[in-house]
Amino acid sequence: MIIGVLKEVLSNENRVSISPDIVVKLTKLGYSVQVEKDAGLKSNFTNNQYIEVGATIIDSPEGIWQSSDIILKVNGPSESLPDETAFLTGDKTLVSFFGPAQHLNKLKLMARDNVNLLAMDSVPRLSRAQKMDALSSMANVAGSRAVIEASHKFGRFFGGQITAAGKIPPAKVLVIGAGVAGLSAIGTANNLGAVVSAFDTRMEVKEEVESLHAEFLMIGRNEDGSGSGGYSKEMSDDYIEAEHALLKSQCKKVDIIITTALIPGKPAPKLITEDMIEVMKPGSVIVDLAAQQGGNSAYTKKDESININGITIIGYTDLPSRLPAQSSQLYANNLYHLLNDLTPNKDGIANINMDDEVIRGMTVIKNGKITFPPPPVEIKAKKINKTAETKSILINKSIKKDNNDFPLFGFIISLLLLIGVGSVAPASFMVHFTVFVLSCFVGYMVVWNVSASLHTPLMSVTNAVSSIIIIGALIQISSGNTLLTGLASLAILIASINIVGGFAVTKRMLDMFRK
Amino acid sequence: MNMEINIELVRALYIGATVLFILTLGGLSNQETARKGNIYGILGISIAILATLLGPHVTDNFLLIFVLMFIGGSIGIYLAKNIKMTHMPELVAILHSLVGLAAVLVGYVNFMDETISLKGIDGTIHNIEIYIGIFIGAITFSGSIIAFGKLSGKINGSPLILPGRHWLNLALLVIVLFYGYMFTISGSINDGIMPLMIMTTLAFLFGMHLVLAIGGADMPVVVSMLNSYSGWAASATGFMLNNDLLIVVGALVGSSGAILSYIMCKAMNRSFISVIAGGFGTESEGTAQVNVEDQGEVTAIESAELTELLLSAKKVVIIPGYGMAVSQAQHTINEIAKMLKDRNIDVSFAIHPVAGRMPGHMNVLLAEAKVPYDIVYEMDEVNADFPNVDVSIVIGANDIVNPSALDDPNSPIAGMPVLECWKGKTSVVLKRGMATGYAGIQNPLFFKENTKMLFGDAKTTMDAALTILQSS
Repeated sequence: MIIGVLKEVLSNENRVSISPDIVVKLTKLGYSVQVEKDAGLKSNFTNNQYIEVGATIIDSPEGIWQSSDIILKVNGPSESLPDETAFLTGDKTLVSFFGPAQHLNKLKLMARDNVNLLAMDSVPRLSRAQKMDALSSMANVAGSRAVIEASHKFGRFFGGQITAAGKIPPAKVLVIGAGVAGLSAIGTANNLGAVVSAFDTRMEVKEEVESLHAEFLMIGRNEDGSGSGGYSKEMSDDYIEAEHALLKSQCKKVDIIITTALIPGKPAPKLITEDMIEVMKPGSVIVDLAAQQGGNSAYTKKDESININGITIIGYTDLPSRLPAQSSQLYANNLYHLLNDLTPNKDGIANINMDDEVIRGMTVIKNGKITFPPPPVEIKAKKINKTAETKSILINKSIKKDNNDFPLFGFIISLLLLIGVGSVAPASFMVHFTVFVLSCFVGYMVVWNVSASLHTPLMSVTNAVSSIIIIGALIQISSGNTLLTGLASLAILIASINIVGGFAVTKRMLDMFRK
Repeated sequence: MNMEINIELVRALYIGATVLFILTLGGLSNQETARKGNIYGILGISIAILATLLGPHVTDNFLLIFVLMFIGGSIGIYLAKNIKMTHMPELVAILHSLVGLAAVLVGYVNFMDETISLKGIDGTIHNIEIYIGIFIGAITFSGSIIAFGKLSGKINGSPLILPGRHWLNLALLVIVLFYGYMFTISGSINDGIMPLMIMTTLAFLFGMHLVLAIGGADMPVVVSMLNSYSGWAASATGFMLNNDLLIVVGALVGSSGAILSYIMCKAMNRSFISVIAGGFGTESEGTAQVNVEDQGEVTAIESAELTELLLSAKKVVIIPGYGMAVSQAQHTINEIAKMLKDRNIDVSFAIHPVAGRMPGHMNVLLAEAKVPYDIVYEMDEVNADFPNVDVSIVIGANDIVNPSALDDPNSPIAGMPVLECWKGKTSVVLKRGMATGYAGIQNPLFFKENTKMLFGDAKTTMDAALTILQSS
């Protein structure tokens, strides 16, 4: 089958759906790839780069639409000039962002013939599907870019310095919402040297935040805001009041606020209110990643950067497109993983398997019929983890219990054995027996100190040493009896192999251990 | 010979040799003193042999002894110089068998020597000592031969499970005890030789059966157990010959092997008895299937992606297993480790106690490849660090990195301490295919989302990665 890569038609879109290195991988899956002329230019992928890896360059978008079986795009098909929706006919398959819930009309319009439409923003939130979760990939880029946009408007360093001219304090960054974008923002801000704190209603992300060396802010209340699918749910009024107080006190301290709070299917929650912005220091910056859904902050204007009393509020919604090469790379990877799953036989034939719940979730039109919304997918991962944890604790406990038992049984047995031996054995035996038991303990004490890395040399050296048995044979060789001398000779021969071989191989090994 | 020295002086020299042997084992406590320890051992055994030769017992055949020791020594040197480090377990096993055989021979000679005649309780004890000495020696001999065969691949590594094998062992033991009784009450050499030979044959069979029933993954325990037996055989010979030097050295070696066996069993969270009883991975077939349903899929990558991962990492941990030994990848891996270190990436090695086929097997292989030992860590030193690790490379290891040991109580390896590499950012598993490890159980690690699989021969894939690293 032929895969077609279109140039994006939106004027402020810099991304492209497939990068040259992914063309190589798609070819390995059995596809041939054609790319619209100049499709990758804004992401710094030249036509020649695509040609070098075996792709065909097609001059017009119509050419791509007509001759490709699978069309890959970043943005959903546009309805106005040029009308891309009309091109999807026959049994062609389109893969792109779509937003089926927001664009139901467009969805109905496109359901014709035998076409298939896979929406990259409808990947179910399963751990198995993460490799093709384009929303996460883009959120990652957006979070990182948000920090860069903030630092661009913020007239100071992020990292603290002590210079001859005086001390520079580090910038204080507050990240609200520790999802993919939030965590990415935390990481980037940290790398720039800022002091980062984060707030999220879901307690489960506390560890992740702390693992990125940011402080996790908590309200002194026990309400967990975890909803299904990794998003948060709406909280009670009491909680919102406490949250308001916390955020307001933070607004006085911090220089940069990055908000990423979203609730699925609802407008973004207003977290930064007018009175909070009033108390912020002039020169502070707010980057509102929820601008598309109405914004987390007061005054946020979609796709604009505005200034309210010296506070900059940024509402850009094209942050991934502002890092085009990176975003394209990640998106192309997501598409590759999807196509890899669609092509299990690596024969270049895409098979949309509706029994696979990931594919099912993404497919919004199948054979010309609308298949949206998909049946809900339940996620039980958290629960399973918990039981596993308790199980492992149980296992650990049972191990510990074994260790703590006093070896009473063994103690009694040994005592009885000693009494038994002592009552029958003659004096000469007891002398040897004493030596034997004491040597066992000397050996026990000494060998525990042997480093684990030297266990092999320990075995080869003890092996050489145990050939001390040669002494027995040496004593016997002078017995005068031919048979006995013969046997003793054999014993001497093999014991000397062992002595010399054992020590030599030990030396060889020990010589290899070097610092 | 007018150089002859008296028995008291021989004993005094033996004491000196004993001390040297203890220092030998003590020296192995760390790498710096280990070489000195080996020299103490050589000194000790030289003193002991010289003292014996000059002592009153050895009266003639000096030339013969010299020739024998020269031939034996040459063979030993030849073996030691030419053995490949990956074949160390086989060499150790075959050397163990020699100790066992020597113990058997010395026992027989001692028994047939008409000049020794002890009466009453002394005679009985002496007979018991001979009997036990030969018994342990024979088990060590045949067991080590089988272990050698299994390790070198000449005998199938999977456990041989005879029907009613525990009863078989018990019956053998009862017969051995019966002939032991017959042997001790026998008055003359002619009466005693028959029970002794029957017992020796049975002991050979017993040793073979013992090791045949043990699976490949339990080989570290077997090798250290045979190590221990060879010590006990020497000790029993010492009792028989009234020689304290043999008793002491045998006891040292015996307890050393016993401790190693214990450490290995501990590392697998299994009791010594269950290892010796054998048949790992076959008894628990029913339960082993429990956790296969939510496995999901694996993500496969190529060498090029591995190098990218490595170059972007700050901290890399390499976990070698038996597969590294099989594919001889250790040199390539060391080269890669060096190149990463030159780029200021923190590289270390993590070794599970039972990785490989012999205690310390992996350490020796890495040392052979000239990996500096101060970046090679034991499991307990590393495990807490995994959350800070960016990339863990698992090379030909399986059961020792299996998370179900910790979270699935039904798993056959439940409770076995494992290297928790999945707690790091990414694990890359180098493997030939999706086959299970020796325990015969599926490994959920491979299906984790932060695990990537790199299929193929470890040497080939690592060579490819090295070439990419060198050119980048």
